Amino acid sequence: MFVLKLVLKNALRHKLRTFLTILGIAIAVMSFGFLRTIVTAWSYGVEASAANRMITRHSVSFIFPLPYAYRDQIARVPGVNLVSYANWFQGSYKDPADFKNFFPRMAVDPETYFEIYPEFVLPPEQLATFKRERNSCVVGQKIAREHGLKIGDVMTIEGDIYPGRWDFVIRGIYRGKDASADETQMFFHWNYLDERIKELQPTREGFIGWYVLRVQNPAEMSSVARAVDQMYLNSRAGTKTETEKEFQQGFVSMSSAIIRSLEVVSFIIIGIILLVLANTIVMASRERTKEFAVLKTIGFDSIHIIGLIGGESLLIAGIGGLIGLALTFPVAGAFAGMFPTFFPVFKVEVITVLLAATVAALAGVIAALFPTIRTLRTSIAEGLRAIG
Amino acid sequence: MIEVKNVSKSYRRDAIEIPVLSNITISVPEGEFLALMGPSGSGKTTLLNLIAGIDRPNTGSVMVNGTDIATLNESDLARWRSHNVGFIFQFYNLLPVLTAFENVELPLLLTSLSKKERREHVEASLKLVGLEDRMRHYPKQLSGGQEQRVAIARAIVTDPTVLVADEPTGDLDRVSAQEVMTLLDRLNKEFKKTVVMVTHDPRAAEKAHKVMHLDKGELT
Repeated sequence: MFVLKLVLKNALRHKLRTFLTILGIAIAVMSFGFLRTIVTAWSYGVEASAANRMITRHSVSFIFPLPYAYRDQIARVPGVNLVSYANWFQGSYKDPADFKNFFPRMAVDPETYFEIYPEFVLPPEQLATFKRERNSCVVGQKIAREHGLKIGDVMTIEGDIYPGRWDFVIRGIYRGKDASADETQMFFHWNYLDERIKELQPTREGFIGWYVLRVQNPAEMSSVARAVDQMYLNSRAGTKTETEKEFQQGFVSMSSAIIRSLEVVSFIIIGIILLVLANTIVMASRERTKEFAVLKTIGFDSIHIIGLIGGESLLIAGIGGLIGLALTFPVAGAFAGMFPTFFPVFKVEVITVLLAATVAALAGVIAALFPTIRTLRTSIAEGLRAIG
Repeated sequence: MIEVKNVSKSYRRDAIEIPVLSNITISVPEGEFLALMGPSGSGKTTLLNLIAGIDRPNTGSVMVNGTDIATLNESDLARWRSHNVGFIFQFYNLLPVLTAFENVELPLLLTSLSKKERREHVEASLKLVGLEDRMRHYPKQLSGGQEQRVAIARAIVTDPTVLVADEPTGDLDRVSAQEVMTLLDRLNKEFKKTVVMVTHDPRAAEKAHKVMHLDKGELT
């Protein structure tokens, strides 16, 4: 109780110094939490991958299409119980320079896509209408909210990969089954795309971007992958079949340099936290060398000294860490608001909170280590002679 | 009873061995008021530190009330000090963030006394030094003499048998120094405390029963 009281009084001895240290730690912890959130958001697709889904794409690159004719052949591979497909459409919606207008737009098989992706929840009547109308589309509720879209609105996209003006009628707004589902996508009929491209560029007819496979038993994934890829080994359009997780990881690895940089910066921030705090604690304990000597003279032992120095360090780190964590949420929220579609899911994870709290606590312990050892090693006689 | 036998002490500064005390033997009976005098660097404070158990001799033994304190380990020595010795420093060494009451209460926090008992002891000690009306004051709100009296109250609050004082009047004006010396004299005479005091001040030394002179680490 006494140690706690003295820790509090000591921490408030130089109010400005303590305040600035707490502020420094808070900003560092907030930056750490924020950067970790970006790193986590980047790999959300990997984490949200289903255990029973696989992707079949062109063996050379994702950008090369596969023949539509593969669909029925893949569906017959033992272990596969559902096949769907999609095409990356892209195009420009409204002002392409405005980042909030950038969101995934894909041509999909309306009959199977929402069945194979149960995490995209669409009311049955909306799904039925979507399936019925060839020029209809479905948008995620985040996109609908962001752009003020509602059922019946016409969405006009200026094509780039598939040239021309494309008008779609919104017939459904899906929501995510849980927080990890991406609500920033737009889907329309692959048939609609195929029909129009047949008129514009007949050589591109009958191609799809990738197949999505649902397998009966996740344990059969490797045999399914082998069987599918074996079928097209010597064809003009060879395939690469992999788990959805591996497929997503492929995307993430394209940005690995950026992610790695963010990770490095986040760890540099830990170093900054440590230096800021260590500086304060070293100064504080040096100033109190004589007081610690007096306490030891009176009979206080090492445990009390460790409690006093460590306690002050942990108190400052704790308060700074708590403020930093509290700030991480609004900052992350504001960032997500600025780029609503860039990261489909952008939220501060529990693991990020735990990591940031651990970092702050560890900084508190490590910062106290050197001054505590120094104080304990200083003899009473030497401490009493200290000036300052 | 304090018995210092054949004590030598030296310090090492880098590779150089600096002798401070050489083969000192003194005996301080219970209830004695001993003043140690001598020029700077003569080893007075080192001898005081050895008697108080805050330093250890290189050779020889220091027996205080039958305990050879040189043989105690650090935590036993800390416990021994808290029960047996009261310390008075030249610069008072009060904790600036604690009130006079809290400073005096410090040594009692290591005992099993209840809060109420601690308060009674602290109030009695502060009353003895004439500062019962300054209990809630912080050191910076007190004069030098008052700070030293708070330090004396802190030294006696656990009722130790030995009081060690290192230049207790060294930082005080004449009047305050006189008050402090009167107080130490009273503690010695009335409360039978053994007092070992290091001083440069001949007027302070006059209160002592016995004066010993040290020079270059030897008794003269």
